[in-house]
Amino acid sequence: MNRVVITGAGTINALGHTVAETWAAMKEGKCGIGPLEMKDVDRLTIKIGGQVQGFDACTTFNRQQLALYDRFTQFALIAAREAVAQSGLEFSGEMAAKSGVVLGTSGGGMQTLDENYRNVYEEGKNRVHPFVVPKLMNNAAASHISMEFNLKGPSFTVATACASSNHAMSQAFQMVRSGMAPVMVTGGSESMLCFGGVKAWEGLRVMSKDGCRPFSANRNGMVQGEGAGVFVFEEYEHAKARGAEILAEVSGFAMSSDASDIVMPSKQGAARAISGALRDAKLNPSDVGYINAHGTGTAANDKTECAAVADVFGRHADSLMISSTKSMHGHLIGGTGAVELLACIMALKEGVIAPTIGYEEPDPECALDVVPNEAREAKVDAVLSNAFAFGGLNAVLALRAI
Amino acid sequence: MSVKDKVIEIIAEQAVLETSDVTMESTLEDLGIDSLGLVESIFAIEEAFDISVPFNANEPTESDFDISSVASIIAGIEKLVAEQA
Repeated sequence: MNRVVITGAGTINALGHTVAETWAAMKEGKCGIGPLEMKDVDRLTIKIGGQVQGFDACTTFNRQQLALYDRFTQFALIAAREAVAQSGLEFSGEMAAKSGVVLGTSGGGMQTLDENYRNVYEEGKNRVHPFVVPKLMNNAAASHISMEFNLKGPSFTVATACASSNHAMSQAFQMVRSGMAPVMVTGGSESMLCFGGVKAWEGLRVMSKDGCRPFSANRNGMVQGEGAGVFVFEEYEHAKARGAEILAEVSGFAMSSDASDIVMPSKQGAARAISGALRDAKLNPSDVGYINAHGTGTAANDKTECAAVADVFGRHADSLMISSTKSMHGHLIGGTGAVELLACIMALKEGVIAPTIGYEEPDPECALDVVPNEAREAKVDAVLSNAFAFGGLNAVLALRAI
Repeated sequence: MSVKDKVIEIIAEQAVLETSDVTMESTLEDLGIDSLGLVESIFAIEEAFDISVPFNANEPTESDFDISSVASIIAGIEKLVAEQA
């Protein structure tokens, strides 16, 4: 089996428009969550979110592109451009024919759906723009990345709600590890911060009105974010031969299904994914220095996740660090694992552990070192990134320093 | 603005050209407008005149609407607008 390394990373999210800006914000413990700006916000109960600020699509894309790119596609392309540029790769010939793109998203072109439902239902219009379908389809972002970079190999989109990105990156990892593809562009993107998107989440009554405080006893729910994270996964020898800068090694993954409840998380399902990832990566529990938690800030997730970590790691659970960066960038739903992988790479490459901000009161059911409020310098050699989705679908990635 | 001027404006915008570059004899192909661009132009025309253009992208030559040149498109739109009145 081939070794798989990351040779490019890109992002746009509430913390920054690049990886460097995002890392700087994570190191400062900056909060990207604020008042939502959107049409009819006064009709929402939940009025906060991790929106991407200071981004004008018109300066990045031309008129024809804007007609075809939903905001989630725009985010994916911006992140992909940064990642591919960093990798220094150009795709042609056999490499282009074998390399592809696997992206995660949950809602796809939700902004396009929302806007056009408004047009036909609220405004009573009987005609919609001809590109509504190619704009809203869940694979639009993956397809546009494929077109922009000439990626002609296996390309598709994975939708597993909040675990979409981790499932997508697991697929890409397997393809490079097995030798099927020399390079895969992978990650995820989401833009659900529109009236209908927030309204739907409100219905479930798991959203916080005032902030995301994972693991804190006074946490009261999740906060939605938006954005994208995209990475270049490359076969190790291929990367080494061309002298590419290697950000980290992807060393294993595991996926599991709770097969129990459509929304309530399961300790066993999460624990099976975590221990499976350790086995696949040939890591001992004591090798893991940091876990990027799913850490949504809901009552159910955080205590279940901590219990699963305690089960898998035993005594070592008390010495490892586990933080939820959703406290800073919000929950990017189908894009969240991708943006959170940046915190994992930062831990391995920069030796800085991103904090769980907004931490106010210890919760005996979350009694782990959650790196409260301030980033911490620490040398770690192996990390995990957890994602546990509605539907009981779990995916955990293991990364190592290289 | 006349129907002709408005249609030329929409086609020029789609082709990313000046209106002066769009002549009555031009074909959509001359102007670099592909099938997606055509569908988008028809949408813009329908919106501008509040009409419904009988055009099916699956069989453009079978439609009642002649798209062989800018002149034929304008003639078709003028007829539809007149019928509307």
